[in-house]
Amino acid sequence: MREKIPRLIITFPTTTAAMAMETFCRGRQLPGRLIPVPRSITAGCGVCWAAPVEAREELEETVMEHHITISGIYHVLI
Amino acid sequence: MIYLDNAATTRPKPPAVGQAVAAAMNEWGNSGRGAHEDALAAARGIYSLRRRLAEFFGCGAAERVVFTQNSTQALNIAISGLFGPGDHVISTDWEHNSVLRPLYRLREAGTELDFLSADGAGRLDYAALERFVRPNTRAVVCNHASNLTGDVIDLSRVSAFTRAHGLLLVVDASQTAGMFPIHMKEMGIDVLCFTGHKGMLGPQGTGGLCVGTGVEIRPFAVGGTGVQSFLEHQPEEYPTRLEAGTLNGHGLAGLAAALEYIEQEGQRALRKRETALARRFYEGVKDLPGVKVYGDHSTHHRAPIVALNLGEIDSAELSDELSERFSIATRPGAHCAPRLHRALGTEEQGIVRFSWSPLNTKEETDRAIEAIRILSEEL
Repeated sequence: MREKIPRLIITFPTTTAAMAMETFCRGRQLPGRLIPVPRSITAGCGVCWAAPVEAREELEETVMEHHITISGIYHVLI
Repeated sequence: MIYLDNAATTRPKPPAVGQAVAAAMNEWGNSGRGAHEDALAAARGIYSLRRRLAEFFGCGAAERVVFTQNSTQALNIAISGLFGPGDHVISTDWEHNSVLRPLYRLREAGTELDFLSADGAGRLDYAALERFVRPNTRAVVCNHASNLTGDVIDLSRVSAFTRAHGLLLVVDASQTAGMFPIHMKEMGIDVLCFTGHKGMLGPQGTGGLCVGTGVEIRPFAVGGTGVQSFLEHQPEEYPTRLEAGTLNGHGLAGLAAALEYIEQEGQRALRKRETALARRFYEGVKDLPGVKVYGDHSTHHRAPIVALNLGEIDSAELSDELSERFSIATRPGAHCAPRLHRALGTEEQGIVRFSWSPLNTKEETDRAIEAIRILSEEL
């Protein structure tokens, strides 16, 4: 397994919201990708946006700008 | 076979539709189930379609485009999830059983119903709207166009009424979605129910409902969603709230290809083509001896349907004759529209419905005219 590093994790209540995140981030060439939600955040299934922690501000701006419904924002060692 | 039963389902589909379904079957995983590339490919395709449909129907938000198997499922979700005992709902005599049966089931549990009546020519009594409204009236549920006659409802009049009284407007667009311009916000529609396999030119097993801002619909089915797995109830957020279980991703890939076809060809051009064919047929048969055409053909603003009878011939017999002798596919009988058949006086005889898609031709239409001419002479 690869070495764990701190990551910014954004979770969503629906797959549709996650796909909106990916679409708008790709459109603006923002960093990150969709990954399975780590168990340290939730034991449920689903996908989340994982990105470098330093990208938090611009990712939050994208969330606000496009009214993307999120469940939470976390810093996680994964 | 000359296929003139497109109001039941359009056939053939644009070639790209089948190709997209086949590709998705080979390449897509299950949307929302996992974060591997195959699952994400499905999720991306479906999300992209939600966005495009939100734009196409003037719905506003991609997450408020909910996918179902067909219009019937969409209407069941809307009707059962919006109304309950003590509510009053207004509908019309034009409705298909996909609206009527969910409403009748609610009535058994205490929902009150009124129906705008249709006269012997199928015209609706819009003036009754104001007479029907009462303090517990919640909504008008109506189709955009009759699946029997092809007549189009005066939606601007109905939406003016619902807006004036603060009511919801739920529209069954089974016969118009795809070929008619529909903009929910501009037309005052709160919930739009559509099927993918008719005017949208997509595969059977696709459809949905677009839910306007502020409209809260209780879940119909509950179950797997791929998210929030440890919740004991269905997630509240749209579209997941109304989408339990695996979506028909393969079919939706086909629907996306169909939508692309409509946008490339031009909705207006496609509708003009099918409307012209229906009009050509109407003009060719309306004055033949024994032919009785139903519906309002004084306007071109209608679905591409010509509903007729020939003398007193049982519609089933006439449709079978057209099929066996002339290789023309039509739909006889009651068309799941019992109230309108009662109004038209055709409960016993039924009606033979001819219906076009943009992929039909003048030659096919002329052969159908000729068939009716021959049968008319044989009366």
